[in-house]
Amino acid sequence: MGTTASQLGKDLLSEYQELTFLTKQEILLAHKRFSECLSKEDKNLPTPRVPMEKVLSLPELKSNPFRKRICHVFSTSDMKDGSLTFEDFLDLLSAFSDSATLEIKSHYAFRIFDFDDDGTLDSGDLEKLVNCLTGETDDTRLTPEEMRQLISNILEESDIDKDGTVNLSEFQHVISRSPDFVSSFKRLFCEVYK
Amino acid sequence: MEVVGEEDGDTEGKRKNGHSKKEEKKEDNERGEKVQKKKKNKRIETSSEQESSEEVEDEVEEEGEEKPEVLSPEELEKLKEAVDERKKRISTLRGKPWPMRKKLLTLRESHEFVEKYEGALGKGKSRKLYAYKVMMLKKWMKFQRDFENFKTACVPWEMKIKEIESHFGSSVASYFIFLRWMYGINMILFGLTFGLVMVPEALMGRPYGSMPRKTVPRAEEANAMDFAVLWDFGGYAQYSVLFYGYYNSQRAIGWLKFRMPLSYFLVGVGTVAYSYMVVIRTMARNANEDGGGDDNSFNFSWKMFTSWDYLIGNPETADNKFASITTSFKEAILEEQESRKDDNIHLTRFLRVLANFLVLCCLAGSGYLIYFVVRRSQKFALEGLESHSWWERNEVNMVMSLLGMFCPMLFDVISALENYHPRIALQWQLGRIFALFLGNLYTFIIALMDEINLKREEEEVLKLNMTIWEASLYNGTLGANSTAPPITVHPADIPRGPCWETMVGQEFVRLIVSDTMTTYITLLIGDFLRAVLVRFLNYCWCWDLEAGFPSYSEFDVSGNVLGLIFNQGMIWMGAFYAPCLPALNVLRLHVSMYLQCWAVMCCNVPQERVFKASGSNNFYMAMLLVILFLSTLPAIYTIVTIPPSFDCGPFSGKSRMFDVIQETLESDFPAWFGKMFSYASNPGLVLPFLLLMVLAIYYLQSTSKSYKQANLELKKKLQTGPTADLHAAEQNEENKKKKKMAALKAAMDLEEAQNARSEAPRQQRNNNASQQSYRDRGEKKGGEHRAHQGKSNHQIPPSATRPPAPRGHGLPGPLPGNQRQPAPSVQRVPNSQRH
Repeated sequence: MGTTASQLGKDLLSEYQELTFLTKQEILLAHKRFSECLSKEDKNLPTPRVPMEKVLSLPELKSNPFRKRICHVFSTSDMKDGSLTFEDFLDLLSAFSDSATLEIKSHYAFRIFDFDDDGTLDSGDLEKLVNCLTGETDDTRLTPEEMRQLISNILEESDIDKDGTVNLSEFQHVISRSPDFVSSFKRLFCEVYK
Repeated sequence: MEVVGEEDGDTEGKRKNGHSKKEEKKEDNERGEKVQKKKKNKRIETSSEQESSEEVEDEVEEEGEEKPEVLSPEELEKLKEAVDERKKRISTLRGKPWPMRKKLLTLRESHEFVEKYEGALGKGKSRKLYAYKVMMLKKWMKFQRDFENFKTACVPWEMKIKEIESHFGSSVASYFIFLRWMYGINMILFGLTFGLVMVPEALMGRPYGSMPRKTVPRAEEANAMDFAVLWDFGGYAQYSVLFYGYYNSQRAIGWLKFRMPLSYFLVGVGTVAYSYMVVIRTMARNANEDGGGDDNSFNFSWKMFTSWDYLIGNPETADNKFASITTSFKEAILEEQESRKDDNIHLTRFLRVLANFLVLCCLAGSGYLIYFVVRRSQKFALEGLESHSWWERNEVNMVMSLLGMFCPMLFDVISALENYHPRIALQWQLGRIFALFLGNLYTFIIALMDEINLKREEEEVLKLNMTIWEASLYNGTLGANSTAPPITVHPADIPRGPCWETMVGQEFVRLIVSDTMTTYITLLIGDFLRAVLVRFLNYCWCWDLEAGFPSYSEFDVSGNVLGLIFNQGMIWMGAFYAPCLPALNVLRLHVSMYLQCWAVMCCNVPQERVFKASGSNNFYMAMLLVILFLSTLPAIYTIVTIPPSFDCGPFSGKSRMFDVIQETLESDFPAWFGKMFSYASNPGLVLPFLLLMVLAIYYLQSTSKSYKQANLELKKKLQTGPTADLHAAEQNEENKKKKKMAALKAAMDLEEAQNARSEAPRQQRNNNASQQSYRDRGEKKGGEHRAHQGKSNHQIPPSATRPPAPRGHGLPGPLPGNQRQPAPSVQRVPNSQRH
C-alpha cells in the first residue's frame, strides 16, 4: 500500500480527486487493482497500458455484455486496441461511481451503445444493443419480427426529430426521465468503491 | 504530454505573441520578465482553451494579462471574473466527459492561472485579506473533501452490501440498504431513550428497592431470577429501567435537578416526531429523484437503455438477467400488440374477484383466530399462568408468527389465479400481506385494550383495599403504642396496582422477541437446512434436487421488507411503555444484518426474475409512513384518554399524562410565559391558524396541479411539434419556432422553480441535465444540427432561434478520442426542418 501511495504522488492524487468522482481511498484501491493487472515488463513503461484481453478477463467484466464497448470507449490508445492506461481506468471508474452526474453517465452510456462510433444510434446499433442485452444463447434471442417491432417502437418513442436515428441529446432526454438509469449505471468495479 | 499541448497551441500562441508584444513595449524592463513567463503560461492555456472553444473567455483572459501592472478597478473586476471563471471550471471539470489527460492539463493550467493572479488581486491590506480568504477557502475545500472521504468510510457494511449487490442485483441489495437505513433511525431513537430516560433514571433516580414500584413484590420474589421468568420479561426485568412502571414521579431527580417525567414525555413525543420527519423527508427526496419518471412515454427506450444492471458480476445472475430482459422485451411487445384486443375479459375478471374474495376470507379468518387466542390467553392469565403448558402461555405470539409465515404463501397461490403482470402482482401481494399484518396487529391492540380496561377495574378495587389496608396497619400499631415512629413496611410487602402500562410494554417486548426468534429460526430451517439437504442429499437421490423440486431458496425481498416495516411499527407503538424497545430493535437489526448477509451469500440463489428495486422504493416508504401513522394512533390514544396508574410510572398521581407539560409551565417558567402559552393554545387562535394551514395546502396543491398541467402541455407540444412541422409552410415554421421557444423558456422557468423547491443539490444537477436536453432540442430544431460541435463549432447557428445557452457546464462537448468523427454532421439535418 505504501508503495502505491508513493507511486502516485501526493499532488497527482489530489488532482485525480478533483477530476473524478472518486475518493482518495478509491483512487488508491484503483491503482492497486490496476497495478495487479499489469505484466512485469509493462510496469517500467512511463504510461503502462493494460491490454484489452486482460481487462475483459477481469471477473467484474466477465459477464458484462458491453465489456468490449466499455474498453473501446474509455481507451485513449492510438491503436484503437481498447487497452487502458491508469488514467483511462480512472475515467471509467469515475463515470461508474455513485456520485457521478447523470450527464456524464448518459454521455458515456451513449458512446457505449454507439457500436459503430458514428455519433448516433441507428437501427444497426440498436439491433446490436438488443442482441447484447438478450445474451448469446439462441433461446433468449428475439425473432427477427420481434426485433423489427422493438426497434421501430424505440425509434418511435425516442427519435424526436424523426431522422431515423437517436442522437446524443435525444438519448439524454430519454435517459434523464428514467427512474432506473442512475441506479443501474454504476459501480462496475465494486471492490474499488469502499 | 505537456509537450503535446504546447505544440498544439503553438500556432494559436503566435497570434497572441504578437498581441502581447505591443504591451511589452509599454512596460519597463523589469516587468518584461514577468510577461515572458506569463506568455508561456498563456501559450499552454490557449491549447486547452482552443479545445473547449470558449472564445469569450479568451478575451477576458487577454484583458487579465495586463492587470497586475495597471490595476484599474474595472479591470480588476474583470480579472476577478476571469479567476472566478477558472475556479468554476475547476469545480465543474470532473463533470466533463473528457479523457483524463485533457482534464489534467486543463486543471493544471487553471490552477496556475488562479494561483498567479489571485495574489495580484487587491493591494496592501485588502490583498492580505484576499490572500487569507483564498487560503482559508482552500483549506476549507480540503477539509470538505477529507470529511467526505471520512463520511463514506464511516458508512457501515458497505462492502457487504456491494458484494451482495454484485451477486444478486440491486433488488436484493435494496433490502439491505433499507435495513441499514432502519438501523440508523433506530440508533437515534435508542440514543434518545437511552441517554435521556434510562441512564438518568438509573444513575440519579432512587435506587432499586427504595419504593414499591422499584421492588419485586413478595409473592414473586422466589422465582424472580428464574430464566423462564426473565425470558418472559417478568421478575427483575419487569422492575427495572426497561419498563414504564419503574420510573418515579418525582419532579426533579439528582443534583442536576433532571426533570424526569417531563423528559420521559418529551422523549416519547420526540421519538414519534423524529420518525415522521425522517420518513417524510426520505419520501420527498425519493419522489424528487424519480420525478417525471411516472409517465410511460419512453417505455421501450427505458427497457432498452437502462435495463442492464452494471453491478452484476456473477455469470449466473447475468444469465438470469439476460432471460429476464428477453422476457420483458417480449412482454412489452405482446402488451403493445394486445393492448387493443382484450379477449376473455370476463374470465379474468371473475377470477380476480374470486381471488380477492378468497384473500378477504383469509384475512377475516386470521383476524378472528388472533382475537380468539388473545381472549383465551386473558382467561388463562386470570386463572394464573402456572397451571398452563408452555404452548398455552405463548399461544398469542406463536399464532401471530405462524400466521405471518403461512398466509403470504397462501396469497401467493391465490394470486396465481389473477394473471396479473408481475410487477402489479407484486404490489397486490405486498398490499395483501400488509393488510394481513395490519389486521393482526390491530386485533392484538384491541385485545390489549380490553385487557387494559380489565386492569383498570382491578386497580379501582385495589385502591379501595389499599385504604382499608393502610387503616388496618395504622390501627394495629396505634393500639400497641400511641407514640410509635412512622411504621416501616418493607416495600415488597406493600400492595400495589396492576400497572397496565408495564403490561402493555411487556406484551410488545415479548412480541418483538418471539417475532425475532421466528425470523431467525425460519431463516435457519427454511434457507440453511434446506440448502444443506439439497446440497448433500443430491448425491444419493433419484432426481436432481438442485434443479428440480426443492432446489435452493430465493431471497424474498418484499416479505423481508414488510417484516422489517412491521417490526418497526411495533417499536413505535410500544416504545412509550417500554423504553428498552429501541435498544432491543437495534440489537435485532444488527444481528439480522450479519445473519441475513451470511444466509443470502451461502444458501440463496439469485432470483429468476431479476427486477430493479428503485421504482418500488417509495412504495415501501409509503407503507412505512402508513404504519407509522397507524402505530402512533393507539399510542397517542392511550396517552391522551386513559389516566395513568396511580402507583407506577413517571406520571403517577396525575389525571392525564400530558399534565406534565402544564406542571412544568406553571412551576419552571415565568408567569408571563405560561400566560402566553395559554393565549396561544386558545381555540380562538388555534382554529384560524389551522384554517390558514389548510388554505396554504390548498394553494400549494392547486399551483402544483397547474404546473403539472403546464408540463403535460409542453410535453405534448414537444412530441407533436416535429411531425406537424413536416407539412408546415416556411413562415408558419418561423412562427412555430417562436412559440416553441416560449414554451421552452417556460419549461426552463418551470424546472427552475421546481429546482428551487427541491433541496437536494444532486437533484438540481439532474434537473439541469434535463433542462439541458430541452435546450439542446430547442437548438436543434431552431437552427442546425449541432449534435457534435467539436471543431466545427465556429459556425454559429442563427441566433434568433437560439435559446440562451449556458456556459461552463453546458453542452456535452466534443466526443473525445473520436478522431474519425467527421465534422459535417450538418449534412444529416433532419428532413423535416429543411423545407
